[in-house]
Amino acid sequence: MKVNDQGNRFIIPAIIILSLVTIYPILYVLYLSLHRKLLIFNISRFVGLENYLFLLNDDRFWNALKNTVYFTSVSVSLELLFGLSIALLLNRSFRLRGLVRAVVLIPWAIPTVVSAKMWEWIYNPDFGILNYLIGTQINWLGSSFWAMNAAIFMDVWKTTPFVAILLMAGLQNIPQELYQAGKVDGAGRRSLFVRITLPLLKPVILVVLIFRTLDAFRVFDAVYVLTGGGPANTTETLSIYAYKVLFQTLQFGYGSTLSVVVFLCVGAISIFYMRLLSRETRL
Amino acid sequence: MMKNRQIFFLIIAIVILIGISINGSGADKGPIVLVFKHGKIPGDSEPLKRLLEKFENEHEGIKVKDEVLPASTDEQHQFYVINLEGKSADFDVLSMDVIWVPEFARAGWLKDISRILPEEERREFFSGPIQAVTYHGRMYAVPWYIDAGLLYYRKDILQQYGFSPPKTWYELVDSARQITAKEKGLYGFIWQGKQYEGLVCNVLEYFWGNGGDVLRDGVSVINTTNNINSLQFMRDMIAKYKITPPFVTTSIEESTRHIFGDGKALFMRNWPYAWNTFERKGSSIKGKVGISQLPAFPGKQSASTLGGWQLGINRYSRHPKEAEQLIKFLISLEVQKALALTIGYKPTRKSLYHDPDLIKAQPFIAHLAPIFMKARPRPITPYYLMLTQVMQPEFSAALAGIKTPEEALNSAHQQIENILRVEQ
Repeated sequence: MKVNDQGNRFIIPAIIILSLVTIYPILYVLYLSLHRKLLIFNISRFVGLENYLFLLNDDRFWNALKNTVYFTSVSVSLELLFGLSIALLLNRSFRLRGLVRAVVLIPWAIPTVVSAKMWEWIYNPDFGILNYLIGTQINWLGSSFWAMNAAIFMDVWKTTPFVAILLMAGLQNIPQELYQAGKVDGAGRRSLFVRITLPLLKPVILVVLIFRTLDAFRVFDAVYVLTGGGPANTTETLSIYAYKVLFQTLQFGYGSTLSVVVFLCVGAISIFYMRLLSRETRL
Repeated sequence: MMKNRQIFFLIIAIVILIGISINGSGADKGPIVLVFKHGKIPGDSEPLKRLLEKFENEHEGIKVKDEVLPASTDEQHQFYVINLEGKSADFDVLSMDVIWVPEFARAGWLKDISRILPEEERREFFSGPIQAVTYHGRMYAVPWYIDAGLLYYRKDILQQYGFSPPKTWYELVDSARQITAKEKGLYGFIWQGKQYEGLVCNVLEYFWGNGGDVLRDGVSVINTTNNINSLQFMRDMIAKYKITPPFVTTSIEESTRHIFGDGKALFMRNWPYAWNTFERKGSSIKGKVGISQLPAFPGKQSASTLGGWQLGINRYSRHPKEAEQLIKFLISLEVQKALALTIGYKPTRKSLYHDPDLIKAQPFIAHLAPIFMKARPRPITPYYLMLTQVMQPEFSAALAGIKTPEEALNSAHQQIENILRVEQ
């Protein structure tokens, strides 16, 4: 009992700080989202759920949601696939392994805005190295089909190393004895992977998925710098839309509504993964 | 241990007290410090600093602190909005993009400074920027320097094929088609088509050049037949006449300038700043570039989109009188001339375009005056930033072939009507 009491006292400062920097802003955004607040017209009045009703009929919101879900699901799946492959490769011993491991991390180390600018040039249909290398004349960022996929490709390029490193750490935690025992029992490579590696790696995979899904769902800087949401909003994600509404057109009420929706989505994703994870660790 | 800590806190307390007292006494006795916020000066910022020193020498008791904002205009807008909404008095004079003035004026963040420019003196300025800073008949800013869209062309190639600079859009299409059919690797006409503010600047020039507009008497007229035809024409240049490469849907000013600067395009729409980069030493197209006003549709008036920056006074400024003096100084004939000669800011006073020194230093400036005369401000409304957020994706959709121009403009019309209802 006493120990618990002391524990509570210790977390009070943390709770105070968190409520100042996180809980208060969240509540304030919720409050704003129930208002019609337009700075330039000095309008600020309570409208209840009007913004949320407007959102339900806002094509641009649904388009942004669709883009965000597409971006998140494709990029995270590819990152997991490539990240796992790279992790498995790097987990073997070969010459210069340390060097290769460091090199792999380079894309992750470049600031997002810098790499987005870089990819903007790579994708340039006229001067870009990508068209030059594969001998095409594709208008990567200007066509409604390619633009989003080009953005996803950039994100995969940038974030796969992060996934790979985390998974590699997970791989190194798997005791070698299990593989030896498996081999003694006559398991082939595939069944070693499916029956030993994957199950033991699952908690790490889930953690990676949480991180990446949440990050991808809130994606802003990479896509905003690369395309600005164009052409024709085909790459406009929820965060970009919220940013435009909040900071470019200064509709603080509706912008907050959008932010609340992003927050709810992110919350739902987290809870989903947390459930999976806790079930996993209980086993 | 305990003692050390007490001494430490004591020292901090003393430092804070000293800080407060210095600050307090300083405000009473020292000179008035005006804070002047503006965007990054292209190239060397020394010339502006020297001019501000001159102002300080002429006005005893006033010091000017010029503070540079981030280069991106979006960020500058955000900075002003956050600070003005918070009634910040941390800056006195601010420089604003031409599209912000009605918005800030509507919000009540700017001082009415109509008296800085009396009626007669206003006539010495180009009319576009004067319109742009006037809201409900009062001036909330004064034009500092001006910008407008123009047509760059390769005079050597046009001459070689016996064409003169186009007066109408169809003449432009005609010469571009004939010449690019023979010159391999040469693009006909490039402009800015990425989904951003620059796209709106481009499209409006086609609307206006066909007698159209976005708003008339405060009502949306964006989906008129003329406007639909104009947007269709822009799409046709890409898809039908093929004089414009499809990648303009990702182009901004700089990317088109690079292509034109490499000698890979016959025509380009851009702002005046590009000129100097073509004429400097080592440029492969030095002496081969001509400029003219943008073409129009047959029988219609050409129009360019107005750009440029304006100076205004923060409503919450503690020194509005002195701020007025600074603005008067910055828009004076003499300072505008000095800024044109050193930084290349294009003056907003018409008479400077006949100034012998300026013409001698920058011969091309003489060609700009008639273009600036016809420069038109984007819709003058506090809703502008909302309107442009509607127009950008719709224009982009039409150019990328995702929607027909008619669908795009009808959709824009609907959304604009909704926005215009906001104020009630």
